[in-house]
Formats: sequence, structure tokens, C-alpha cells
Amino acid sequence: MTSPARATRAPARATTGVLTGPASAPERPFSPLVRGRRLAALIVKEARQIVRDPSSILIAFVLPLILLFLFGYGVSLDATRTRIGIVLESPSPSSRELAAAFQASPYFDARVGTDRRAFEEPLVQGAIGGIVVVPVTFDRDLRIRSKAPELQVIVDGSDPNTAALVQGYVQGVIAIWAGLRSVEAGREGGEAGGQERFWFNPARTSRFFLVPGSVAIVMALVGTLLTALVVAREWERGTIEALMATPVTRVELLAGKIVPYYLLGLASMALCTIVSVYLFDVPFRGSAFALFAISSAFLLPALGQGLLISAGTKNQFLASQLALLSSFLPTFVLSGFIFEIGSMPPVIQAICQIVPARWLIPSLQTVFLAGDLWPMFLKNIGVMVLYGLVFLALALRTTGKRLA
Amino acid sequence: MQARLVALMVKELLVVLRDPRSRIILIGPPLVQLLVFVFAATLEVKNVDVVVLNRDEGAAGLELVRRIEGSPTFRTVKPVHDPADLRSAIDRERAIAAIEIGPDFSRDLIAGRPASVQISLDGRRSNAAQIVDGYLGEIVAGFVVDENERAHHLPTIPRVVARNWFNPNLTFRWFTVPGLIAIIAQLIGLIVTALSVARERELGTFDQLIVAPLRTHEILLGKMLPPLIIGLAHMTLYVIAAVVVFRVPIRGSLLLLYASGVIFLAAVVGVGLFISSLCATQQQAILGAFLFLAPATLLSGFATPIDNMPPWLRPVTLVNPLRYFLVITRGVFLKGMSAADVAGQTLPLALIAVCTLTAAAWLFRGRME
Repeated sequence: MTSPARATRAPARATTGVLTGPASAPERPFSPLVRGRRLAALIVKEARQIVRDPSSILIAFVLPLILLFLFGYGVSLDATRTRIGIVLESPSPSSRELAAAFQASPYFDARVGTDRRAFEEPLVQGAIGGIVVVPVTFDRDLRIRSKAPELQVIVDGSDPNTAALVQGYVQGVIAIWAGLRSVEAGREGGEAGGQERFWFNPARTSRFFLVPGSVAIVMALVGTLLTALVVAREWERGTIEALMATPVTRVELLAGKIVPYYLLGLASMALCTIVSVYLFDVPFRGSAFALFAISSAFLLPALGQGLLISAGTKNQFLASQLALLSSFLPTFVLSGFIFEIGSMPPVIQAICQIVPARWLIPSLQTVFLAGDLWPMFLKNIGVMVLYGLVFLALALRTTGKRLA
Repeated sequence: MQARLVALMVKELLVVLRDPRSRIILIGPPLVQLLVFVFAATLEVKNVDVVVLNRDEGAAGLELVRRIEGSPTFRTVKPVHDPADLRSAIDRERAIAAIEIGPDFSRDLIAGRPASVQISLDGRRSNAAQIVDGYLGEIVAGFVVDENERAHHLPTIPRVVARNWFNPNLTFRWFTVPGLIAIIAQLIGLIVTALSVARERELGTFDQLIVAPLRTHEILLGKMLPPLIIGLAHMTLYVIAAVVVFRVPIRGSLLLLYASGVIFLAAVVGVGLFISSLCATQQQAILGAFLFLAPATLLSGFATPIDNMPPWLRPVTLVNPLRYFLVITRGVFLKGMSAADVAGQTLPLALIAVCTLTAAAWLFRGRME
């Protein structure tokens, strides 16, 4: 854009112009040995470039730790100790017992009153999450035993997720209270509560599925954003064109980029896994090999996408925007990381299928929480490798056009 | 003096609107975020797949299965005949929950003995699983209450009547869209400011600005007001979209929303100017903005409530401007928040704005010399 930038680019282009003819021709004469050494030299060069560039280290190691920390501590879907108000419209021994059951529950921080109006203002302010009303008729219905007594639950619908959870917890407390009552009364009532069991995560800690999910976000950042940014910078500065002027082939050029960033991606994944297990106490029930296989399969489309974006835009600014919108955002929202894909409209569900992370996240959650489940892993790995090949082929084509 | 300031502001606005990069930032990310978040970001649990292992031969088991099938929440209720199938359905994520009805379910119910249903859930998706558990628990409890009433057994479980204030059907969009207005205002206010000084320094025009016949505070105001105006313009677009397209009710006063919006944007612009003064290139400014936006968004209550965070982390959110503005946007839209309640949020917001603007002005002055 600026004149100094143009000045540095101009000579680079001139050199390319001179060398394009001879450069594209001698792809054959080199023996495999020479090619192997050439590729190794390229990889070493790229690796040095990464190590010396502070922004690479920032994105590959500092940013992941910040994100992991935020997802591990800051983002939690577990509504623990929701503040609620209990209204006993006509206090009686049994309704007080019910109130005590709410106060004893680990899910609630309950205050008891006799007038619901006292709790309405705090509900608007968001100071409490719900009100449980035990109406005047409650005691009578409980005594007469002709029909089931009624309870009213008012929740703050402005946060629908917490509202739904609170409703469920209220149901649970009431079931426990009713169970205790019938045991005390020495009779076995005809009640049937659903007895639930949460597999893989008995305490229902949302961190256990959020943290493995955020490992996926980190890999998307390193694989796509970092690769797109750094390679776009090389296009901007014309250093890639300088490389093309050498006998290096396009495939070697791309492979030289992929290998170091693949290793970098695996390194940040390993860092995140260690932090998840040792700092956040997320169980790791699968094998390290499975984790390695799944992550490798995901890095293929992630890197391919990054290379495609950089070759397509050849501009750092556009590349960063495109990478954030086409990789970071979908990995966050359209992958099943927090939001259930099954609840989305059909069109969005279809879009989710082409997001590589959608195939990574269930595998990651399984390898952490459930263990090795190869039939599922193999299918997901297959899909990711397929997407990776498509992206790499497109990246190769886009890079090639420039040479012609 | 005023004419000079106006001229500078017009220049700044024109720069933002004419620069192709800024135009991309103004249109691309906000639009994509709106579409993606409104349509995809939902914690609602719908179209759920479950499997049922019904070992009961009586009528009650069949009736319970029929009730589950009749609930609109469940997309498929697949019968299985073997506990191993049940296990693998959850393992392979083909079902989020499995319901197992024991062989004595009907007999126990008729005899008035406790009859139990075993619900197994996929803890890998514990949030969705808990909500599904809530739905299933409601169905089972309702069924048992009805059965007992029919059989004239003594009712033991009270019937729970739930009412959702402010959002009767728990429409998730009503939660996302007002929050998104705050997010977009923050994004635009921050990025436009962050890019402005960095752009001048990258292009070398910052020196021209210094030698121009303008006082430092005039330059500062000239850099701060245009992003604020653009932020308010974006906010307006999203408020209109929220009401017209997404049919979110506005129950409070728009005046309160805008008044606090100006204070919120002032705080954000201060942060943006701070980042901008630190960075030498636009690329750095974008990365810097991202480094601020990620924690500010995640620690604001936008996606998950602040109350769910560990106690030691909650005080950190007190310095986050977005936290207060989110309460205001959701309050004004859904709850019809009163002026007094809004003021309780704008006061800390104003305090933060004073701090960020002072810090930015100090750093900016430092760069001018």
C-alpha cells in the first residue's frame, strides 16, 4: 500500500521475472536425495523463522494459555448455589421442611420470606435467579390427600439456560423432600423419580467438556490464524516469490511450511493437554496415541485452510480477518463446543458439517472423558483428512497460479 | 477552536469510511457475528435423540414411553432390547440419554410401591444432558402423579407449575440478541479506535498531525468522538434488527439504553486508544484488540453467568465495562429496568470510562512528544 512497501517488492518481482523460465523447468533433473535435502533445508529455515519471530511464540504458546485459563475458570455452565427466594404463604411444619430442603441443597442459596413481592424487585435486578412459591393451599392439599399439592416456580427467563437448569434442580429438591417424607411416614409411596446417572462425568462439571473443547480452539488458532498471518506476511514482503525463483517446487514449498507449523500445533496441543490434566483436573482416560492421531488429522485441514487464506489474500490484514471469521468463530460456535448442533436450524446444521472442528471436538471430549473409542475416532479422522486434502489441493492450486 | 475540531472529526470519519480495510472491519465481522450468534449460538436443547429400554410388560411402561415420544423436545425415541445397545448408543453419541424401565414398573405402580426409572446420560455434554434430564424428570414425575391420582393412591410428589418471567417460552434469541448489541458496540468502538493512531504511525502521517495547528486535547477528541459515533450507529442498526427482524420486546426506555451506551463506548474507546498508542502497526493493533476482546467477552456474562465463576475470579469482572452494559441491554430489553436500576450499573461504568480515558490521554500525550 505504502511507497516503501512497494519499493521493497519491486526488486523481488524483477528477480522472479528473470528466473521464472529456468526455475519451472528443472523440476526433474534432481535426484530424490537432493530433493530430500532441499526439503529438509526448507523445513529448518521455516523452523528457525518461527523460533525467531516473537509473534509466533505469542500466538502458539501465550495466547493458548490465556484462552485455556479463560475457558477453564471463566466460562462455566454449572449453576451452583443459585440465589433463590422461597415464599411460604402460610408457614406450616411441612412447608418449613420443604424450605429447609432447599436451604440444604448444594444447588441453591435460599432465603425464606412470606411475601412474594419482597423477591420480585431482586428478580428484576438479577440479584436472585428464581422464586419458589408455596401457596396457601399447599398444606391443605397435602393433608387432604385427594389431589397433588401445587408449587409455583418463577425463574428469570432472561437467562434461559440458567432458568432451565434451576427448574430441573427445583424438581430434584422436591423429589428428595417427598422421598424423605414418605420414608419418615413409614409408608412406601407410589412415587417414581427418575434415577439419573451421568456417565463419564458424574459430577456434571462443565469444565470437563469445555477444556478439551478449548484445545480445539487453540489448534485452530495456531493452525489457521498463525499460518495465515505469517505466510501472508511473506507474500506481502515478496520473500515467497524469491523462494519460487529457486529450484524449489510448489509441493516442497508448501511441505516446508506445513511440517514446522504442524509440529508447532502439536506442541501447543501438548502444552494445553498438560495444563488441562494437571491444573484443571480434567480426566484423561484415552491413550496419548489416540490424542496424537486425532490432533494430527485436525491439523491437516487447519494448516491447509491457513495456507489457502494466505495464498488467496497475500495480505496480512485480510488474512487475519478471514482466519478469525472462517476458522476461530466457526470452531467456537459451529462445532458443538458449547452450543448443541442438534438444536440449530437445519441450514446451520448443514454448515456445521463442513467445519473441521465439528469432527474434532467429539473425539477430543471422548479421548479425555470416555477413553479410546476407535470406531468413532476413525470415522472422524477420515472426514478431517478428507477436508485436509481438499484444502491442501486448493492451496496448491492458488499458489501455482501465481507462478504461471 | 470548534471549527478546527469539527474539521478533524470529519477527516477522521472520512478516513474510516474510505479506507477499504476499515470498511471490511465495519461490515464483515459484525454481520457474520450477528448471523452466526443469532442462529447458531443456542443453549436450548431441541431435537434430542434418546433410546429406551423398556423391560416392563405392563401398560404403565408403554404409556410412559408414549409420553416421552409425545414431547416435542425429542426427535427420535429409539427402542433397544439389550443393555449393550444402550451403552453403545451413548458411547457413539447417537443418543444423549437412555431410559431404562425396569421389569416391575407397572406392578410396582399398581401396588403403590416405589417404581423407578433409570436414566443414563452422556456426561461429555453435561450441560445439554442436565437439561434433557430435567425434561425427562418432569415427564416421569408428571406421569407418576397422574397415575397415582387415577389409582387413588396417596399423592406424594407436589406438582410443580413453572413460570418464566421476562421470557415465557425461554426463547434463547431473546437472551443472545440484546447481549450481541453490547458485543458489537464494543467490537466496533475498540477496533476503529485501535486502528486509527496505529494507521497514522504506519503511514507516517502522525508527524503531520503533530505539526498541525491543533492542541493535543483537540487531537484526542478528534480521535475519540468518531469511533463513538460509529459505535452508536452500529448499535442503532442492531437495535432495529433486534426489534424488527428478531422480534425481541423492548420493555424499558431507549433513552436509558443510549445514555448508558455513550458511557460504555467512552470506556471502550479509551481502551482502544490505549492499545493504539502502544502499537506501531495496524497488525499489532488488531492482535492487541483481540487480546483484550477475548477475556473481556468471556468474563462478562455474555455466554455464561458471572455467578458460575469461581469466587476469586468474580472480582476481576468488576473492571470489565461489558459486564455492566450487558446487564443494561438485557434489562432494558426484557425486564423494563427502571432508571434507578440502570444508574446502579452506569455509575461504575462511568468510573471505568474516566480511568481508561485518562490512561489513554496520558499515553497519547507521551507519544506526541
